[in-house]
Amino acid sequence: MPIQVLMPALSPTMEKGNLAKWLKAEGDQIKAGDVIAEIETDKATMEVEAVDEGTLGQILVPEGTADVAVNTPIAVILSDGEDRAALTKSPQKSSAKKPSAPAEARATPASAPQLSQPPAAAPAYDASNEVPAGTEFATMTVREALRDAMAEEMRRDESVFVIGEEVAEYQGAYKVTQGLLQEFGVRRVVDTPITEQGFAGLGVGAALAGLKPIVEFMTFNFAMQAIDQIINSAGKTTYMSGGQMGSSIVFRGPNGVASRVGAQHSQDYSSWYSHVPGLKVIAPYSAADAKGLLKAAIRDPNPVLFLENEILYGHSFPVPKLDDFVLPIGKARVARVGRDVTIVAFSMGMSYALKAAEELTQLGIDAEVIDLRTLRPMDGATVIESVKKTTRIVTVEEGWPQSGVGAEIVARVIAGAFDWLDAPPTRVTGEDVPMPYAANLEKLALPSVAKVVEAAKSVCYR
Amino acid sequence: MAAAKDKPSAAARQPSADKAGNGAATVPALSKDQELFAFREMLMIRRFEEKAGQMYGMGLIGGFCHLYIGQEAVVVGIQMTRKPGDQVITGYRDHGHMLACGMDPKGVMAELTGRAHGYSKGKGGSMHMFSAEKGFYGGHGIVGAMVPLGTGLAFSNRYRGNDNVSITYFGDGAANQGQVYESFNMAKLWKLPVVYVIENNQYGMGTSIKRASATTNLSKRGTSFDIPGEQVDGMDVRAVKAAGERAVQWAREDNGPIILEMLTYRYRGHSMSDPAKYRTREEVEEVRSHHDPIEQSRQRIMAMKWASEDQLKKIDTQVRNVINEASEFAIHDPEPDPAELYTDVVR
Repeated sequence: MPIQVLMPALSPTMEKGNLAKWLKAEGDQIKAGDVIAEIETDKATMEVEAVDEGTLGQILVPEGTADVAVNTPIAVILSDGEDRAALTKSPQKSSAKKPSAPAEARATPASAPQLSQPPAAAPAYDASNEVPAGTEFATMTVREALRDAMAEEMRRDESVFVIGEEVAEYQGAYKVTQGLLQEFGVRRVVDTPITEQGFAGLGVGAALAGLKPIVEFMTFNFAMQAIDQIINSAGKTTYMSGGQMGSSIVFRGPNGVASRVGAQHSQDYSSWYSHVPGLKVIAPYSAADAKGLLKAAIRDPNPVLFLENEILYGHSFPVPKLDDFVLPIGKARVARVGRDVTIVAFSMGMSYALKAAEELTQLGIDAEVIDLRTLRPMDGATVIESVKKTTRIVTVEEGWPQSGVGAEIVARVIAGAFDWLDAPPTRVTGEDVPMPYAANLEKLALPSVAKVVEAAKSVCYR
Repeated sequence: MAAAKDKPSAAARQPSADKAGNGAATVPALSKDQELFAFREMLMIRRFEEKAGQMYGMGLIGGFCHLYIGQEAVVVGIQMTRKPGDQVITGYRDHGHMLACGMDPKGVMAELTGRAHGYSKGKGGSMHMFSAEKGFYGGHGIVGAMVPLGTGLAFSNRYRGNDNVSITYFGDGAANQGQVYESFNMAKLWKLPVVYVIENNQYGMGTSIKRASATTNLSKRGTSFDIPGEQVDGMDVRAVKAAGERAVQWAREDNGPIILEMLTYRYRGHSMSDPAKYRTREEVEEVRSHHDPIEQSRQRIMAMKWASEDQLKKIDTQVRNVINEASEFAIHDPEPDPAELYTDVVR
């Protein structure tokens, strides 16, 4: 059967082109790969290569023809043994089968598809049953709770290992991995060179092969060097592989504002990572949540960003004495019940929020404080239910205001509880500047108890 | 003209004399079965890519589409040295690697057309396909990112104490990314079983290696980490296989990483929308007529009388049939169900 050669599209956007020149004449022998013609578009001149072998039987579009539409037959190739008489038969193939169909399908968006959207109206979460009644508590620091979580999971699952700078012999730059080397040895507690992009990518590769790495960044400021591996390699592979491959990996370390270390070492990346589908993002405040959620993160089959806080490492909290305390990812916790205003915070923001709530009682304002704990997936339902009760909301975070976590919460509240609101939602954030070094300026740049109190008063019109 | 000046000399495609490995001076021959296997595999990739190019021209394949035509000997020769459990990972010029790993041409082609039964259910496309079953770890679109990932695959072998090897491919373009050297350092430091196969096709998109690299002998890029390297004629599947065997054995026997620089060439543009004005037609033609890996194999088969012209033609017909079936499948397979938009984001 004769084979039609079609006007090719040379880029995703090309619709037509000029047939500038024929480099073969009718009757010429053609091998696969031979350049048979030149085509001009507005961007470039390109060569048309033959895919099939045979004889150039007929040129259908003469050279010099302008605006030849893509997929127009431009020539006919005769296979071995065919002569020009075959041209009168209906030509076939060259995969010329209705190429327009998929192109049309691409141009027309699917009409009102029945999409299984992410759950919109989940019920509010009740965290009060997370610890069984009668459980004993031990007081421990966030640092100890994190260490215990890792040690417990490493005992439980041989494929879990810790890798990062100074995690082994130095016992952790912030001593979070203290004692792990002694218990688990150099095979499972791996000191790396200072090479964030390298060891983050290496961790993702090991995770693709089925291991469960805990990658420690000395701080998340340095993870900027590795953010491509976190987002493009860890975050997207599950989707890009149609679900057949992914990485069970935890990226953890101190995030947010430290103290007097200047702009490059003091930044909250919460909203950056929470922007990305395919990642889970956890930012705990208390030691109990740190432990229960880190254990959950290590077991989760997805990449999890576990954002800790340097200042909170040394804070002590009651932690339940349970053999295997694992908390659900994606659920907020009502840390203080109140009726007048909802204050939503996470990580270090919680310490401002809780202290502000105490001060607000002096003014007769009874604040409800919600600890988000997980930023992605975000527990919007618990926040919205609270706002329906209090009718007012203040968000607290150390990050910058634009496109921040507070902006996301406010958007959800407006969409989900607009008719209940009695005041404009208000955000307390880090100021919109790089972190200054001077003590007084740094203090001004940060959220504070006073700023939260002021915001709560203003939404209560006090 | 820059393109003419950058034309690689014939010598540039010859293995260098001062290579680090114990490269044989003469290229070891393949057995009859091996030669016929390699011929068919290379032809399969060539025909697949020609078809993909054609389908791109018809608007059936969208976006970016980077063809492997000209480089077939590299992946086929290396694949012949793999044992079960060895991992393969590469960048975005990945169709040949997938076929060589034994992935189904239908599934690969259907992914190129963005259909429901593509390897990634149509969500990945040309640059993003994976097969856990075949040990193929992608298909990565960010230049250089697969090098730490492939090093991590090797880390997993070391961690588990098995004797598998990670075969990590990247191009001459990626060879200038910083994360490659971060990986080299860790791989040597921890003696990880990884073979870095640098496919030097002379051009990172439109920039020739001489305009992009301060040193163009990429086999020496591991020198400061004490990683041995070898330049290989990547147009000769026999040379690739022989070097691959040495390298894989080196890594498998716990000697750490090793680099193979494959001197190769792509006939087509960087991607389908590349007019390739940065090099001359004569340069392409020279490689094509004197160094084509498939033609070389064909000549050897004929000289050894291992198959007749007719028998080789028959192989070509069989291969074309496989590819035609794949393209028919890929054209008529439905697009993914709209509900697939929200699946596989997390597991």
